[in-house]
Amino acid sequence: MPRTAKLPAPSFEIVHHTLANGLRVVLLPDRSAPVVGIAVLYDVGIRSEPEGRTGFAHLFEHLMFQGSANLEKLEHFRYVQSSGGVFNGSTHFDYTNYFEVLPSNALERGLFLEADRMRSPRITEENLANQLAVVKEEIRVNVMNRPYGGFPWLELPPVLFDTFANSHNGYGGFSDLESATVADASDFFAKYYAPANAVLAVGGDFVVADAIELIEKHFGGIEARQAPHRPDFGEPPLSAERRAQTTDAHAPLPAVAIGYRVPDPPKELAKHLANVLLVEILSEGDASRLQRALVHRDHLVTDVSAYIGEFGDPFDERDPTALTITAHYPDPESLESILVAVDAVLADIARDGLAPGELDRVRTRLVSSLLRQVDAVLQRTLAAAKFELIFDRAELLNELPGLLVEVSDADVVSAAAALKPDRRAVVELVAGGAR
Amino acid sequence: MTVPALTKARKPKKLNTVEETLSNGLRVLAVGKPGVPMAEVRLRLPFLSAKAAHAARAAVLSDSILTGSHSHDRAGLAAAVQALGGDLNVSIDADRLVLSANVLSANVTALLGLIYEVVTSATYPDAEVATERDRLVENLSIARSRSQVVANEALGRLMFGAHPYALDLPQPEDVRSVTPAQLRRLHAELIQPDGAILVVVSDLPPARARDRVAAALGEWQGRPTRPRVPKLPPIVGAPFELIDRPGSVQTSIRMGASALRRDDPGYAALQLANAIFGGYFSSRWTENIREDKGYTYGPHSRIEHHALGSTLTLDVDVASEVTAPAVLETYYELGRIALLPVTDKEVESVRQYSIGSLALSIATQAGLASTLTALIASGLGPEWITEHTARLAAVSLEDVSAAAAQFLTPTRFLGVLVGDEASIREPLSAIVALT
Repeated sequence: MPRTAKLPAPSFEIVHHTLANGLRVVLLPDRSAPVVGIAVLYDVGIRSEPEGRTGFAHLFEHLMFQGSANLEKLEHFRYVQSSGGVFNGSTHFDYTNYFEVLPSNALERGLFLEADRMRSPRITEENLANQLAVVKEEIRVNVMNRPYGGFPWLELPPVLFDTFANSHNGYGGFSDLESATVADASDFFAKYYAPANAVLAVGGDFVVADAIELIEKHFGGIEARQAPHRPDFGEPPLSAERRAQTTDAHAPLPAVAIGYRVPDPPKELAKHLANVLLVEILSEGDASRLQRALVHRDHLVTDVSAYIGEFGDPFDERDPTALTITAHYPDPESLESILVAVDAVLADIARDGLAPGELDRVRTRLVSSLLRQVDAVLQRTLAAAKFELIFDRAELLNELPGLLVEVSDADVVSAAAALKPDRRAVVELVAGGAR
Repeated sequence: MTVPALTKARKPKKLNTVEETLSNGLRVLAVGKPGVPMAEVRLRLPFLSAKAAHAARAAVLSDSILTGSHSHDRAGLAAAVQALGGDLNVSIDADRLVLSANVLSANVTALLGLIYEVVTSATYPDAEVATERDRLVENLSIARSRSQVVANEALGRLMFGAHPYALDLPQPEDVRSVTPAQLRRLHAELIQPDGAILVVVSDLPPARARDRVAAALGEWQGRPTRPRVPKLPPIVGAPFELIDRPGSVQTSIRMGASALRRDDPGYAALQLANAIFGGYFSSRWTENIREDKGYTYGPHSRIEHHALGSTLTLDVDVASEVTAPAVLETYYELGRIALLPVTDKEVESVRQYSIGSLALSIATQAGLASTLTALIASGLGPEWITEHTARLAAVSLEDVSAAAAQFLTPTRFLGVLVGDEASIREPLSAIVALT
């Protein structure tokens, strides 16, 4: 069996640079393939949406692709793709990202494209109406017309959290989306899309000094604006269990989501990493505790999954963040048995600790899967940008394996002991569809 | 300010490969790729059969093959893989079964040993098979509650008729009757080294990786009992089939026609014609029905390669009320590209995009392993990647227009619509024939 102390860690070169306008830059040079990844992360996400404007952060993300200072509508897409590249963007609870991966001879072009929309996106009535229609189709295809669509990332937060910021529908209600105006978009851009509120990461095939020169050339002239104050969105752990039901007209089997508020990832990183390892012990693979008990032994559920972060990425959110356990199950009457079985698995860990070798085995796999994820230049670039924005430390990309080695059995046992029934929110999905 | 020009492209490094067919008939391709200290392994076994119950047996086999061997039970095997920093899973389709693995490259020998154990001694324990049978039935029910799955299945039936390619997902009643003895027999018939392909991509020198495969799997002996498989039926254009999904807020539109194989001299031109029509974001179809009209979150047109032939499939989900207009615009764009010449600018854009996408598909160890496995299975080798890049660079505008005229004519397609019949039938009847 491989020894924990021998776990490999990445050793990517990471260079920091900050522009006069406050834009933070992270560079990850790697000349092994003629490819570059570019990622811009803005420190605004679903949690910063104003009341009455649910879904606005995501709608705004779409508007950022609709033309900019020097580019007509459609030109952004065409320039990236006709250079041999791929682009996208995504909206998260605490940030919004925009990214592309390109052949390295398109580095300057890619930087120009990102700088141009950081300078001024071209937001018009026509583009807003068009993207409103596209976003409604996105919600129809991903939520309204899909069994388990948005479960549980849209269904759990309103039960687990109290504040509007943490509990509202992140895709947005249609009436809120429809009432969004060009003026709202301009205000949102002015407030949240300042260079000082963003991180630019560039990874791949370039010489650092050249990249810095190009970044200064294209981003340096963007006017400095003050970064907005980010409120603390944290909420303390629950003290009494909460229950709710939701009906899904298309779903053939019932499902459940069990959520717990867990420690602040950046501020309590050691505790957070214990939870990260706990969810691996609970549900990663056929040797995991919940799979063995609920799927293979008791046949209570058809699948079960435990994860941290609303979208399953444990490094995606500041405070608050959730640990979630979800399952689909055949017998609609079995919810209470499932909850009892989950509690028994957690209580077993809290009482008897981990099996010899259990933590090492799970940690070895977690480290190797983290390595595998950052093999791709774009994923590496996005991860470094995210670690810089959320954890204020891009170097976590290299440091995580070492930090995971420091987590002990006792840390994981404490993490499991904190997941008590009175601290959970339970959302039952009632199946309304044909079996 | 003008958009920066591309600088001189850097050539990608040549692949560092070693190929050997072992004495047991297993074809091994080892590739050295600097990067993270991981190894990606793909073991591909031909699995095509026209036997009536084959789809159900193959599906249960793929779900049960890792549930027990002579040396490990299910959890024991999963734990052994995890402890190596590994992951091992199985995927199945009508053509093949693939054991996919990744592992810390220092542990690749041990992982290959576990693969040997599975292929030579999987036991299909009665209780585990029963569990997986029930889970598969539930999972099929979940899959078929999705409009997209219903549409894809119906399109498969229309394109392939009674051919096994039409049976992407098995029927629940067939799954329920699968026995462990049948699985053991199927395993003995088809899980054999002769004719199988093993690709390993890692940071190790390829000769060393090849030696490890030969040491671990050289003892594996046996020839498969190849079932006879009927030829693919010709795909001919036909009226749309309308499938009612009452209350659906969207319609899943699927269209299909035959296409060219990767080794056909005309394939590169068809690939570019398809991209211009609907194969990338800057395509005519996307710019029309998403970025101009807002009918959809995204249409996709793709060429899919199967062992016996290739197909062109169009998929888009649109709001119920714009179903007929979306079909109209789709016909318009198909007719336009089939009848009128494409432009130089369009060809140059898709040429760069296609060359860039091919380069990106092999930029990671995992992507390279999967791409090479598919190529070898089609009778092509690693050199296809460079050769095809050159072919894409050489295609002329006339070639692209000719390919569009031959393959993208709307009358060649057959199609399926899954949606709320009460609201979509009448408007659709105005423009297309429905069955």
